[in-house]
Amino acid sequence: MSAQMSVVPVGFLPLLDSALLVAAREMGFAAEEGIELVLVRENSWASIRDRLAVGHFAAAHMLAPMPIAFNLGLAPLAVRTIAPMALGLGGNAVTVSTSLWAKMSEEGARPDLDPASAGTALRKVLDRRNDETKLRFAVVHPHSSHNYELRYWLTACGIDPDREVELVVIPPPLMRDALAAGRIDGYCVGEPWNSSAAILGIGHIVTTKSRIWQSSPEKVLGVSEAWAMANPDTLDRLLRALYRAAKWCGDAANHGELAALLARPEYVNCPAEWLMPALTGQIQQGDGSIIAVADFFVPHDMGATFPWQSHALWFYSQMVRWGQIGASPKHELIARDSYRPDLYRRALRSLGVALPGANAKVEGALTTAMPVGAAGASLVLGPDGFFDGKVFDPDHIVDYLAS
Amino acid sequence: MSRSALRILIIDENRIRAAVIEEGLREAGHGEVATIHDMTGIARRIAEIEPDVIVIDLENPNRDMLESMFQLTRAVKRPIAMFVDRTDSASTEAAIEAGVSAYVVDGLRKERIKPILDMAISRFNAFSRMARELEEARSELENRKLIDRAKGLLMKSRGLSEQEAYALLRRTAMNQNRKIAEIAQSLITAADLLGPGGDT
Repeated sequence: MSAQMSVVPVGFLPLLDSALLVAAREMGFAAEEGIELVLVRENSWASIRDRLAVGHFAAAHMLAPMPIAFNLGLAPLAVRTIAPMALGLGGNAVTVSTSLWAKMSEEGARPDLDPASAGTALRKVLDRRNDETKLRFAVVHPHSSHNYELRYWLTACGIDPDREVELVVIPPPLMRDALAAGRIDGYCVGEPWNSSAAILGIGHIVTTKSRIWQSSPEKVLGVSEAWAMANPDTLDRLLRALYRAAKWCGDAANHGELAALLARPEYVNCPAEWLMPALTGQIQQGDGSIIAVADFFVPHDMGATFPWQSHALWFYSQMVRWGQIGASPKHELIARDSYRPDLYRRALRSLGVALPGANAKVEGALTTAMPVGAAGASLVLGPDGFFDGKVFDPDHIVDYLAS
Repeated sequence: MSRSALRILIIDENRIRAAVIEEGLREAGHGEVATIHDMTGIARRIAEIEPDVIVIDLENPNRDMLESMFQLTRAVKRPIAMFVDRTDSASTEAAIEAGVSAYVVDGLRKERIKPILDMAISRFNAFSRMARELEEARSELENRKLIDRAKGLLMKSRGLSEQEAYALLRRTAMNQNRKIAEIAQSLITAADLLGPGGDT
């Protein structure tokens, strides 16, 4: 390539779903597009936000609700941020301490990752407690899918997440220690922090994000809107590089190599064995048994990198539900337009790959995998159901919140 | 507005850096400075100290936890927000560049915060400079040791004087466009491999 390489600084947190970014750099997909992808590891989402705000980063690995929270004015120092691509589907789980799992088992929880039976058992555990202190669960950030899916799960199982348990925020790498020390009773976090707790015998995985809501969003590429406007060509090339990286990450033949890459000190910095369960879908629960969850983390298939505006709107609906923002048509539009499927299509059209024709879908409508009408080639989506059978129609958010 | 001194809390797991900042603030006449190195029970500590200003290093992994705690006013007695001076973005940039971030209680005038933040920024920068210089001094010492060993090897195996040995190392480094220490390291590695017991 004769043209000069564009240097693109991108921030990330040491988590499994930084995989697309790491693969784009290490497997040469970024370089093929003329991009020198400079990956900068950070310790908190707050730092990612701050460094994006002052222009140290053009883009970053972000919790999927973060750009929406930024644009709604819920975060200090944030700049206008857009999500032109998702960084995969799924990837989280809910883990509880071994002692809480023992109590849940007595109440009928089965070691099959079923959210309904686990939640029913947890409800019974709470009913039997006469302790003054509440069970304490941790999530990584108030504006995270972890927070919303944990709350969704608890509520659907008849547990009020604000009154009957205590929810706290803990950074992912410190979750396991907090669980081991008894400072918390459970958590919802990304990988490898569930599998490592299970492998080390500290916790038991009770359910997964993909069981609570199939094909659900987790991380996005958050891009400074100002940078995206000023560098449309570089953005297109970056998205193409990440698309190819996603495809590579999704190929089972590459899982070993990907785990070894991510395990390196400059990336996730952990044993590769901790990363394999999420990549292969062979989930170790913590009692020695392994359960196959094929869609635990989906980097590429099922339109996994498409930034569905219905995902953005679901996050918005949860922000309203939990009192983080008031409901208004204006807020709804800001949330929807934080996700930019138009930019995704603009960048990928030249690849001749399958692209969804719609910007949004009714979440929970697909009970089985479904080939859909797509520009170019064929595309299979879903299933995308919620475990409690509810359906989210992005055109009827008010009704959804009332239900 | 209260005329009493602002209470400042420094949260930093790096004790030396915390001490450097605390000293700077005290020298500037801010008498009420507390530091926390350990995050255990942080909510209770903040409630006890009731700080007006919290200075924390940007690299601290607990910032997300702290920010969410500040948003829930139940956890702390007074609402605390990140200090962002929108009229002075250069100052915000300087803070992030230096790796420092500040949170203040509601209602404090920015004129009162600015000098504290400026002091923290300059002390953070001074600390980074110090750490960098220390690191450079350390690697300089390491390099010197390597070069001395390489010189010794050359003197012994080729019967050169110390000056000749050094000249040879330097010439080789220049010819290969590498550092003298790198050439010295290669020579030592090669000698270890070729020397007695090198195959163990």
